[in-house]
Amino acid sequence: MKQFLIFIKKEWLHIWRDRRTLFILIWMPIVQILLYGFALTNEVKNSKIAIFDQAKDDASRAVSNRIAASRYFSLVKNLHTYKDIDATFKQGKIRMAIVFPAGFRNDLLHANHAQIQLIADASDPNTANTLANYATAIINDYQQELNQHQDLPYTIQVQVRMLYNPELKGAYNFVPGVMALVLMLVCAMMTSISIVKEKEIGTMEVILVSPLKPFRIIIAKTIPYLLVSLLNIASILLLSVYALGVPIVGSLTLLLAESILFTITSLSVGILISNTAKTQQTAMFTSMMSLFLPTLLFSGFLFPVENMPAPLQVISNIVPARWYFIIVKAVMIKGLGFASIWKETTILLGMTVALLGVSIYQFKTRL
Amino acid sequence: MENNQVITAKDLTKKFGDFVAVDHISFEVEKGEIFGFLGANGAGKTTAMRMLCGLSLPTSGVATVAGFDIYKQTEMIKKRIGYMSQKFSLYEDLTVFENIRFYGGIYGLRDEQIRQKTASLMKQLHLEGEEKTMVRSLPLGWKQKLAFSIAIVHDPAIVFLDEPTGGVDPVARREFWSMIYDASERGITIFVTTHYMDEAEYCDRVSIMVDGRIDALDSPANLMKNYGVNSMDEVFLQLARKAVRTAE
Repeated sequence: MKQFLIFIKKEWLHIWRDRRTLFILIWMPIVQILLYGFALTNEVKNSKIAIFDQAKDDASRAVSNRIAASRYFSLVKNLHTYKDIDATFKQGKIRMAIVFPAGFRNDLLHANHAQIQLIADASDPNTANTLANYATAIINDYQQELNQHQDLPYTIQVQVRMLYNPELKGAYNFVPGVMALVLMLVCAMMTSISIVKEKEIGTMEVILVSPLKPFRIIIAKTIPYLLVSLLNIASILLLSVYALGVPIVGSLTLLLAESILFTITSLSVGILISNTAKTQQTAMFTSMMSLFLPTLLFSGFLFPVENMPAPLQVISNIVPARWYFIIVKAVMIKGLGFASIWKETTILLGMTVALLGVSIYQFKTRL
Repeated sequence: MENNQVITAKDLTKKFGDFVAVDHISFEVEKGEIFGFLGANGAGKTTAMRMLCGLSLPTSGVATVAGFDIYKQTEMIKKRIGYMSQKFSLYEDLTVFENIRFYGGIYGLRDEQIRQKTASLMKQLHLEGEEKTMVRSLPLGWKQKLAFSIAIVHDPAIVFLDEPTGGVDPVARREFWSMIYDASERGITIFVTTHYMDEAEYCDRVSIMVDGRIDALDSPANLMKNYGVNSMDEVFLQLARKAVRTAE
């Protein structure tokens, strides 16, 4: 046991002495959370719009005011001809234009059927969709209020409700994604590099000739990174709660337990990579290519897995981050308990046991 | 088997599939002896050494190291041997003391023993006051001497040196060999592989491996006499020329 502790202490010194790497390890998750949370957001805020109001009556003005007052839109221009619409779009000044036909109020109150045209810049389809939805929601809102006063008998009312993420905040998706990404990178890449480094400098041979058991060597090498990962989980969670306003709805204990499980999965992937890689560069690139990209693409963090073609969906099943991502979203965002994530947990646990078994077996036989 | 034989090998063989890396080698090494283990690249030196160190199991044959069986008692063997590779195997980002503490520690030395060892090592290597120096900033010759001292920090019965003098200058090599003699006088058996034939002449006995077999085993003086030549270089060349196998 004392030998084991000495090993961990030595491992810790390596990390501690390499300040630049330590700095990156600690700041990477923080920067990523802030970047994804604030800069790379796909939320719509203060989108520039123009209004072409041919009616200029109280109804059209009321709708315009509501839209302009919402935090999603900011009215930059009032247009006076149809031609202007096209021109303003081409100048890139606006993302959406709203057109009220002449006699808007009349149509609405007397014919009970008024039209509004929303023209959105669909070169960015997601944003265009979101903008149109928001505007529609605001218009529906207005319509609903009118109906209360006017007591009109038949009205079709569309109600859109955004579950779990009422404000459609991107952070609800990014926080679990960044957790998966950071843990995978820190654990797998750093452990594989640190094991391969010992092979490169020849110290691994000497350690293997010593009475230390191979299994313990591996465990001792991973423990410091497990600690760094715990620190990362803490910083990500603190930032997401206090800076991004994403609450932890479910059990914190469950979330941490699942995160530790995923950390161990990642560590075993790291050991596996170190078994085949001969140089630190190879270890790094293997980790990047086999972990970073699949985690980014297949975890469901950037692109929903359900929308992928079937073969890719099958591939995504073997990406551990996919299951962890589901777990974090379920526990942290939806507040679900273990009962609803036992399946994902079992898959992750199975992967971990298999990976750890294979990697330790390989490590032993490669001596 | 006598007590002062620290390594005995009888028909030790290792096969990798059809390839016979080590082919029925038999030899004995006595306590305190400096035993040179020579052979061209790919002759099977490393494989043989790994079996003796308990890192790989033989296909057949028997061997004991420090009195323990290499099949069943590798744990006991590992406690009683030291090992130094050609890369010197020190942690460059740790200090001299931290390296000693780590290697001493994994062999189960107590803190107090480590402190005493460090003090005497520093004196012996003329490194007083350098305990807190990063190994990175030591000259190569000192790194090599430190690596050797660390390999025997736990007073092993045998120390295995795998081409320990690669890349250092002749003066440092000479100093290094005087450390080897000191260790052998203290009763530590030295098992050394080398490419330098002048170093082979420093050994008490040498074995020369060709194609997985030991083709010659004697003192350097006898070998030169038997082959009718004046240097170990020529002995080696005569034997190595017979090799069928090329380097892996």
